[in-house]
Amino acid sequence: MPNPSSATASPRSLGGVSGQRVQPWRDPSAKPMIQIQEVRKTFGDFVAVDGVSVDIFPGELFALLGGSGCGKTTLLRMLAGFETPTEGRILIDGQDMATVPPYARPVNMMFQSYALFPHMSVEQNVGFGLRMDGVSKAEIATRVAEQLDLVQMGSFAKRRPHQLSGGQRQRVALARSLIKRPKVLLLDEPLGALDKKLREQTQLELLNIQSKVGITFVIVTHDQEEAMTLADRISVMDRGRIQQLGTPAEIYEFPQNRFVANFIGSVNLFEATLAVDEPDRAELDCPDFGGRIHVGHGVTGTVGMVFSVAVRPEKIRMSRKPLADLPNQMQGIIKQIVYLGDISIYFIAVGGGKQVRVTQPNLDRWAEGEFTWEDRVHIGWAADGGVVLAQ
Amino acid sequence: MTPPGFLRRFMGRPTVIAIPYGWLGLFFLVPFLIVLTISLSTADTSLTPPFTPLIDWVDHKALQVVLNLGNYMFLFSDDLYVVAYLNSLKTAAISTFFCLLIGYPMAYAMARADKGIRPILLMMVILPFWTSFLIRIYAWMGILNNNGLLNNLLLWLGVISEPLPLMNTPTAVYIGIVYTYLPFMILPLYSTLEKMDLSLLEAAADLGCRPLRAFWLITLPLSLPGMIAGSMLVFIPVVGEFVVPELLGGPETLMIGNVLWAEFFSNRDWPLASAVAVAMLLLLVAPIMLLQRSQGGSPHARGGH
Repeated sequence: MPNPSSATASPRSLGGVSGQRVQPWRDPSAKPMIQIQEVRKTFGDFVAVDGVSVDIFPGELFALLGGSGCGKTTLLRMLAGFETPTEGRILIDGQDMATVPPYARPVNMMFQSYALFPHMSVEQNVGFGLRMDGVSKAEIATRVAEQLDLVQMGSFAKRRPHQLSGGQRQRVALARSLIKRPKVLLLDEPLGALDKKLREQTQLELLNIQSKVGITFVIVTHDQEEAMTLADRISVMDRGRIQQLGTPAEIYEFPQNRFVANFIGSVNLFEATLAVDEPDRAELDCPDFGGRIHVGHGVTGTVGMVFSVAVRPEKIRMSRKPLADLPNQMQGIIKQIVYLGDISIYFIAVGGGKQVRVTQPNLDRWAEGEFTWEDRVHIGWAADGGVVLAQ
Repeated sequence: MTPPGFLRRFMGRPTVIAIPYGWLGLFFLVPFLIVLTISLSTADTSLTPPFTPLIDWVDHKALQVVLNLGNYMFLFSDDLYVVAYLNSLKTAAISTFFCLLIGYPMAYAMARADKGIRPILLMMVILPFWTSFLIRIYAWMGILNNNGLLNNLLLWLGVISEPLPLMNTPTAVYIGIVYTYLPFMILPLYSTLEKMDLSLLEAAADLGCRPLRAFWLITLPLSLPGMIAGSMLVFIPVVGEFVVPELLGGPETLMIGNVLWAEFFSNRDWPLASAVAVAMLLLLVAPIMLLQRSQGGSPHARGGH
């Protein structure tokens, strides 16, 4: 087993936005906004959610990340009240939601399809929630105008949804779900329908709006980049279970298992046998790599056990000269180069026959290219560059 | 095998478009023009067919065109026709209302039923079409008669002591018409309700809307196109309905279809019968145009995608 202390002992708090925010989950006295306790949901024989427990704190931006069918959407729909847990409890702000119907819950949802009412104007859509609460017409008008200004849709109040672009509909849907100032906002793939440029811009706007309104956000997404940009904490889900829960940096730098390592970003996985195990270092024999891998942390396991060593492509250095200062190093031949503008990806065949993926920033403008196909290069990484994962 | 060039040239888009236009022209426009000319001629039972031709060569030198507007004038002079028209409109309106009232819950239940049994329910709505319409109306005569099924059942149950006079009353006509035209109401309603995006109802609930109110504010307005289409499909043919009032109705259930039949077959007054038909068509143009607008132009029908 990998050393469990490795994840929490991380000295650096990486990750752009999350690094600067408060971390209530580290505070034992903090009162959670949402408590999901041992929740299980089955549809016939199919287990959609399998014993999930997690606390989400007020003002947090929490992402449920996973592929299709991993149970993230089912979990979100249980928070909204559209599905009932087969087992377990959900508490919102301390109140058990078991008998509370969707229309009485202190949560609002932004739907993946936006679900705007096609027969109502933008204004009527946004004001719908207040109308249901019996708010006076004058107050609805003021608050709708405010809300539309917040999402920069003020000049579209009289339009019908079918007269809007995808990005505009998304803003209207957001305004409609925020106007009642819910305790929790649920977002189901909020940016899925937008193209890349618009998505990046909207992500930042969403963060902006969240810090203005201070509502707890729970976001479902299959897009790791979206989760990393938006979330304070990410819960990576697979087959109905939480595979790992942590900040974006923890999940990226210290994946707890092969699924998480593979799902988030790209990774080189080396199969290796434990040879030396000391409290602060370990060595593993790796025929794939063609040598011994040195790791800067101890491993929970016995000598002879087989592990996977995960090394991110950007943690690997590449040079024409031997990298004498690095404990893990190897010679190889460049087999493939993928040029992406800001970085290039190199696939390097090493002695053991394995192709290692290495990314290098393109620091200089492309002249002839420093490396080319069939070049013989040295690659290497530091002792703390890799993570040992159980098989 | 590709057809030779000259053939291929005639098999493109124009041909495909020409076929429905040709069909409409041949089987709708031409018969209508024939009926229109007959309505403008004068009845003469000594001739075969029993009317004077509209255009005539007189003495081999003069082209004589006689447009007889008398048939149309006559429609307004005798209140039999006006009463029959009004009665047809009233019958159609009331029948449409009852079809909507009965059909909407049925269509709704079908559209929200389990996906697996929807085709079966749909089949059950269409099934009566497999039996002759006439036979089904005769069956209703057997049910509604003074010693028919319904009266016997009610007598046996002790609900009534005397048979209810149902046959040959407006009630019998309404029962017959609503029964016959109900599928035409259910099918378009079902298709609109089935297409509806159910996440809209979830969104409404999420924003604090209770189910009954969500039906009123979301489902009902969004099913309006289906309600209009169904109503037109019932209303228009019921105005011209002839068989049901003939078989189940009595003297008070005179409809324009029956008048037309009587003029045509009993009185052999083809021009007057044609005038009745043309007037009925004009009466129906307004609702037909309404139907087209509801199917073509409504932004509701297209939704937000």
